[in-house]
Amino acid sequence: MMDEKAKVPALKVSAIAKTFGGSKALKGIDFSVLPGEVHGLLGQNGSGKSTFVKVLAGYHPPDPGGSISVFGRPLPLPMKAGAFRDFQMAFVHQHLGLIPSLTVLENMRVASVVARKARIDWRAESRAAQATFDRFGIHFDVKAMTGTLSQTDQALLAIMRAAEDLRREDSRTGGQGLLILDEPTPFLPKEGVDRLFDLVRQVVAHGDSVIFISHDIDEVREITDRATILRDGAVSGTLVTKDASHDNFVEGIIGRRVQRSVTKAQPDRTRKIKVSVRGIEEPGLSVPALDVAEGEILGMTGLLGSGYEKVPYLMFGATPTTTGSLTMSGQTYDLRSMQPKIAVAQKMALLPSDRPKASGVASLSIRENMLLLDLERFIGKFGLNRRAMRQRATEIAEEYEVRPNDPSLDLGQLSGGNAQKVLLAKWLIREPELLMLDEPTQGVDVGTRQQVYGVIRDAADRGSAVICASSDSEQLADLCTRVLIFARGRIVDELTGDQISKDNIAEACYANTTLDVA
Amino acid sequence: MQTQLSMSRDAAGRKAVNIKSLIERFALIVVWLLIIGIFGLVLPGIFLSWTNFSVLFATQAPGAVLALALVIPLTAGDYDLSVGAMLTLSAVTVGVLNAVHGVPIVFAVMVALCFGIILGLINAFFIVYVRIHSLVVTMGTTSIVTGLVQWMTNSSTIGGISRDLIDLVARGRLFGISYAFYYVIVIAFVIWLVFEFTPMGRRILFVGRGREVARLSGIDVGRVRVGCLVASAFLSAIAGVIYAGLLGAADPFSGLNFLLPAFAAAFLGATAIQPGRFNPWGAVVSVYFLATGITGLTMLGIPLWVTSAFNGGALILAVTVSQFARGRAESEIG
Repeated sequence: MMDEKAKVPALKVSAIAKTFGGSKALKGIDFSVLPGEVHGLLGQNGSGKSTFVKVLAGYHPPDPGGSISVFGRPLPLPMKAGAFRDFQMAFVHQHLGLIPSLTVLENMRVASVVARKARIDWRAESRAAQATFDRFGIHFDVKAMTGTLSQTDQALLAIMRAAEDLRREDSRTGGQGLLILDEPTPFLPKEGVDRLFDLVRQVVAHGDSVIFISHDIDEVREITDRATILRDGAVSGTLVTKDASHDNFVEGIIGRRVQRSVTKAQPDRTRKIKVSVRGIEEPGLSVPALDVAEGEILGMTGLLGSGYEKVPYLMFGATPTTTGSLTMSGQTYDLRSMQPKIAVAQKMALLPSDRPKASGVASLSIRENMLLLDLERFIGKFGLNRRAMRQRATEIAEEYEVRPNDPSLDLGQLSGGNAQKVLLAKWLIREPELLMLDEPTQGVDVGTRQQVYGVIRDAADRGSAVICASSDSEQLADLCTRVLIFARGRIVDELTGDQISKDNIAEACYANTTLDVA
Repeated sequence: MQTQLSMSRDAAGRKAVNIKSLIERFALIVVWLLIIGIFGLVLPGIFLSWTNFSVLFATQAPGAVLALALVIPLTAGDYDLSVGAMLTLSAVTVGVLNAVHGVPIVFAVMVALCFGIILGLINAFFIVYVRIHSLVVTMGTTSIVTGLVQWMTNSSTIGGISRDLIDLVARGRLFGISYAFYYVIVIAFVIWLVFEFTPMGRRILFVGRGREVARLSGIDVGRVRVGCLVASAFLSAIAGVIYAGLLGAADPFSGLNFLLPAFAAAFLGATAIQPGRFNPWGAVVSVYFLATGITGLTMLGIPLWVTSAFNGGALILAVTVSQFARGRAESEIG
């Protein structure tokens, strides 16, 4: 009987495909997870990892033809959202799903609290939570506000809660469950990851199986028994972890042999340094020195949680910091007292990635968004010269090829790409000394992407220093003259000239996940 | 040939859009005129008289200034419920200082206006620096100020305010309409100039629509919000002075009655003249639109409670309409 059960895979996936519009996000994947194992799931952005998780959770219906079974029970596909609970599955996503302003107990017992019961017996709920804590040997004060716990503790809490959900179901199905951990680690410190892994091992010891999704090869090698790698929507292989090397993983992810570059590239010293940053030391980010030259387009990238995307905001004074300085045009600014107001006055520009919230106002016109920083120029005898503003906005929209060219339209009426052109124009008409972009082509259609690149290159040709933070290796390869690779808050590699290619950038991101590579 | 065709179609499309936006802009004024016409027919001789309208224009002036005061913080994204209480405080200050203590009217008015600035700063401190929601803060200051007014007046009306003020507000007339009305026009004009023709006005708009966008564009969001809250309290104080001048007395209770119509007018005004935006001319038109309706209904002998229901209904209707106007525009970028 026991043996019989052991043979049935915890998860068996056959020919699962998913098409969005015309593009295939999953091209029919097959793999299985053995009972009692920790199974890694890896792949680059866009490899189909998150699409698969959403199919499994019942959020996306898969294309007809495939099948999934959990402990031998086939899932009815397409599955209703939330139905995974009836199939011994539980998910912990990166955002954990905890409500910070509620107590540990309320979060822990949310499932029974929201159940339609006439009365909540808090004493019984508290005993149940204590029982869970006892089982894993991790104790929290059940009355503490969840938001006051550390990131690590919150992750542990979320995992225990999910494991407890599995337990609730297993009375019917015989003591096994499948816990899916969807990138729980990128924002945890090293010792937090260790504690989380201890908990995962305990979950497995209790008889459950775990799918561990991560970008971090070292973590996957540490915790998993086997790992399946996705590439371009297909399974590129399933590795037995103890038999596989770091390079085997990178090859599976990138899809080609690893070529170690022997010599480190020398940055182009011929151009004048325009902006220098010194001494950024933050929790999770350390940039002792960073120089950007005139006319250079400097890329910054890394895996999720590597911290590269914070750098532009710190330089601009958009997020407060306690360290560091920035030198530009012969003047040095203390980053502790940096403010967007000062940055704008010094001709720095920042185009944030969150376009609707931080970058432009959808409910105001193209003209108003475009000319916001340049209003003083239009002050005439009777205040703002609106005719001149109308005329100038039309000219700029013409120059930046905004379609449709009608600056009286609301910004929200434009496509993503055209809105981005307007917002680039907003900063570029001031001829910034330093232009910083965060994910500049997120939500930009492929056709417009090249135009956006053209606009950025023109700015660099006119002498601006450009910093482009992006998670898109292809974009960085197309655009940048130098690319810095971040891992765990540090610059770990630098690519220049011919070294810059989509694959090299992706490879460098995965190759440098170990803490002590510097 | 083909490009010509598509261009002419484009032009036709644009013309259609223009007509549509023209209707949107002036619909409220048209409806107002219609209502005037209907009441004129139903109440021949009495409704359509110059006296009726000159009284209407003058008596609604405090409410109109209050609506204009609201337009400013609403544009910057903050509510100010304390404008009604501030109106009362200002009127009562003028009354107590001038009529009871014999302080010259000029000084009494200046003290009242200073109270406006102080209340604005208090509101701004708790809203902007302590970061409490503006509704909560201004609801609290409303109650505090109301209490203060009761203490100052012993809850009784103060008569005998200097004739100089009455002359300047109510008795002085141009084209048969009290000066009070022209103060409304001047204030609306100034707000319109600032909103439309100064960089400050544009910044206020961005602060209200996208705080993070404004901040990352180098706008001092906190200072703009403080300025707007002080401006609204200051204008409410002016409304109080006008009210004291119209009555020749200071009434410690009626200020709050102005609050709801002022909010209704500010929101209704956001559906006219510049649809989708709080704007001064829209607010002024709305105040008189609502007042016309109530005056006509009163003349028809409709009981007093209808006034409250009318104003409340207008507020909800106005917010609903402007919600649709804004909701349509607020679709995500990209």
